[in-house]
Parts: sequence; C-alpha cells; structure tokens
Amino acid sequence: MIVPFILWMLAFFVVPITLVLFVSLMSKGIYGGIDYTFTLENYLRFLDPIYLHILGKSLFISGFVTLLCLLFGYPFAYLVARSPKKYRNLLLFLVIIPFWMNSLIRTYAWIVLLRTEGVINTLLMQFGWANQPLALLYHDGAVLIGLVYTLFPFMVLPLYTSIEKLDATHLEAANDLGASPWRTFWNITLPLTFPGIVAGSLLVFMPSLGLFFIPDLMGGGKAMYIGNLIKNQFLAARDWPFGAAASVILLGLTFGFIYFYKKVSKNRPESEVL
Amino acid sequence: MNVRWTRLLSGFYMALIISLLFLPILVLVVFSFNDSKLNAVWMGFTTEWYGKILLNRSILESAKNSLLVAFLSTLIATAIGTLAGVAMYRYRLRAKSVLDALVYLPLVIPEIVMGISLLALFALLKIPLGLFTLVVAHVTFSVPLAIVIIRARLHGFDRSIEEAALDLGATEWQTFRHIILPRIMPGVAVSALLAFTLSIDDVIVSFFVAGPGSTTLPLKILSMVKFGVSPEINALSTVMLVMTIGIVLVAERIRLRRNQD
Repeated sequence: MIVPFILWMLAFFVVPITLVLFVSLMSKGIYGGIDYTFTLENYLRFLDPIYLHILGKSLFISGFVTLLCLLFGYPFAYLVARSPKKYRNLLLFLVIIPFWMNSLIRTYAWIVLLRTEGVINTLLMQFGWANQPLALLYHDGAVLIGLVYTLFPFMVLPLYTSIEKLDATHLEAANDLGASPWRTFWNITLPLTFPGIVAGSLLVFMPSLGLFFIPDLMGGGKAMYIGNLIKNQFLAARDWPFGAAASVILLGLTFGFIYFYKKVSKNRPESEVL
Repeated sequence: MNVRWTRLLSGFYMALIISLLFLPILVLVVFSFNDSKLNAVWMGFTTEWYGKILLNRSILESAKNSLLVAFLSTLIATAIGTLAGVAMYRYRLRAKSVLDALVYLPLVIPEIVMGISLLALFALLKIPLGLFTLVVAHVTFSVPLAIVIIRARLHGFDRSIEEAALDLGATEWQTFRHIILPRIMPGVAVSALLAFTLSIDDVIVSFFVAGPGSTTLPLKILSMVKFGVSPEINALSTVMLVMTIGIVLVAERIRLRRNQD
C-alpha cells in the first residue's frame, strides 16, 4: 500500500532534486545548454558582489517579513486561542480562508489598492490629503507588504496550534507562585510555544524566498531577489547550472531550518505542530 | 476596569487584523462589479466583466485546463495518499524517519525548487511540457497533504476493533473496506477537496511545468496582471475566490463534524 507513494516520490521528488544538485555542479554550455564537466564555479559566483548583494538582500527582506508576521501574528494567535469557544472556530476559519486563497490574487488585490491610479491614491487626492499620487508601488516596501500579507496565515496557524496546546495549569501555577503576567509570559508561555514560533517562521521564511511573482509584480523591474534570479536563470538567461546552484542554496537553508526545528521540539512530541 | 479594557483592546486588535486580511479582497470583489475600466472610483453596478470573461476564448481554454488537471491530480493524489496514510498507521514500517521525510519535505521546501527540479527532470527525459506534466507536478505536491490529513484522522483509532475483525475471520480487504475506510472517509473527502484547491490555485510549480498550449487559470491571470490592472481580472479572481471559499467551507464542515463525535 505504501509502494505507489514511495515510487511516485522517488521518481518525481527525490530524483528531480538530485538532478538539480547534479546540474548545479556542471558547467554552462555555450548555447545555454549544460556542459557535463564538473565545476564549483556556479557556487563561487555567489561571492561576486552583485550576487552576494541579491542573496543578502533576499535573506534580509525574508527575515524582516518573518519578524513582522511573528510580531503581529503572535498576539493575534494568542487572543484567538484564548477566546471563548463559541467564537474560536469562527476566528480560526477567518484565518484559514486566506491561507487557502490564491496568493497571486491576493497580491493583485494589493496592486489594485497601491498603484498610482489605485484606490488609495484616488481617495487621498479626493480628500485633498495629497496633491499628487504617492509612489506606493514598485519598491522594496511594496514587496514587503505583499509578502507579509500573503504569508501571514502561515505564521498564525502553527502559532495557534502550539498556544492552544499550552497547558493552562502551568500558567495558573506561575500566577499562584506570584509571577507577574509579563514574567509568566516570558518564562513559561514563550518557551513552551517556541516550536510553534520556529515552525511558523519556517513556513514564512522559506516560501518568501521563492515567491517570485510578488517582486516581479510589486517591486517593479528594479527588485531582484533570489526567487526572481532562479526563475530568470531557468527561463530568460537559460543558465540552468547557476539557477540550480541558487536553488541548492535555498534547499540548504530549508534543511538547516528543519534541523533547528527538530532540535527545539525534541523530547517534546506534544509540542510538535508540523 | 482593567479587565474590561484588556478585553476591549483584544477585540479591537483581532478585528483590525481580520479586516486587514479581508479588506483588500473585498475591494477587489467590489470593483469586479464596477461600471468603469478603472479600478479606482465606484461608477455604478454592472456584470459586464463577468460576461466578458465568459466570451474570452483563452480564459475558457485555461479554465478547462485547470479543471482537468485539478480533477485528475486530485484523483491520483487522493488514491496514493489514502493508501500510504493507512499503511503508515497500520504497519510498523521500517525506515519510518525516511518515510516521514518524504511526507514533510515536499510540504516545506520552497515551491520554486520543486518547480525547477521537475522542469529539469522533464527536460532530461524529453517529455514535452503540457497537461501531463502539470498533472504529475500537482500530484507530487498534493500527496503529502493527503497523507497528513489521513494520518490525523486515524490518530487515536482503536486498533483492537481492526484486530477483532481479523480474529473473527475477516480478510485484510474486508477489514479495510468495512472497518478502516468508513473511519477515514471524511478524511479522504477533506484531502480530495484540499488537493483540488491546491491544484486549481497553484502558480509557482505550474509556471515551470506548463507548456505553451496548457495555460492554467492562475497562469492566465499572471500574464493578464503583467499587462496591467483590469476589471476582467477582478471578475476572474472573484470567481476563483468564491470557488476556494466554497471548497474550504465544505472541508471545514466535514472536519468540525468529526470533532463533535
């Protein structure tokens, strides 16, 4: 019964990923194909200031997106998990809906709002709060908004799961022993929900590096991130080995993240949320 | 006093986040009924844009592709996922951690990596990009989800019922058919619904494995958005959003009903 699954994943997941790893170690052919000679050059190119900058900027903006999702998402997930049972399912459902909605459509919704002739600029000018349209779109700030908006539910859901599982008796004990609410949060709630924080961060950070259409559509032509870089190497530049190397870097980051998650949720299977 | 303020503040914060999540979508939907080409000022109600997308041949073509791919990939993914989910619960399988990795890795690696890796595979095998490659790719990201849902459904299932059936002389198949299948049926339905949603909404993986003649709806929207904002995109997006909300609503109802019994 398990055999079809194993065969399928071998053929269409393990083999393709191995293939990418292999291609990343090959040279680029003259006409854009692959020249089958071993090289590390595709990885060394990331030491070039241009690509180092793209990599650094991508990691920075993804980290920032993750941080914003966490800062806004934690209190929200906490309040939802602690709200009366009759509202909780409804509130949770209101987060699940955007979770499943098409991310491209959700990005487009922001373009409608933010563009030069968009809803926000039109309103601002009508009320006389702006004399000319503001440049709300086509810069890194717009990309940030798009990513946070798209990935926010991916942070909230694991956080909610871990906060909901939190045993209330721990909090009562802390309270009875005279700890302030702040101290209880810092010493009990936060450490116990840490696996949820890491899982949520993983589900926000990694996709944010790959969502190429958000920088494409909201960042204007200027914005170059690792996701667009990979896409361009495979479609426009046709430098597959270099694009493959960039993908392997993303994979490496993912594995690092998962390793960290496994470490923090070890010995506490009850706190696993992934 | 303090408690009241905290409660008020919490309510306000939750309302703020929920409205921030839904307001942009609401604006998009409202302007899909706007009697103006500009997505900026309300000029009156019309359903013109919905009529326009119904007459647009390339949109209809991509809708047909999307539905076909979603239907086929859901069928295959649910079948493979259900069998694997039951097997992982039933048997003490060797190399459990490897199997777990095969379930969880596809869920967490960036979609773009899955997209280009499948593109590389199809290029190597000289398989032309089209509906077939789309189905294969969609099954690959849907199966792990199906397994996770089925396993959650079987979690805490009393194995003695199954053993009793076997002791009383039921065959493996009869046990599966009459004991396990009824138990997991809601899970199978939920995974099918969610696999369908994943497939119909997928942008990134499809972007790499779709051929020129096999554009799906999200890819069609992507190319339309590149040309700029238009009320037709709003209308098409609204149709897709309504579909997603409908499917998730049904899936959640099935899931919640299970929690009650």
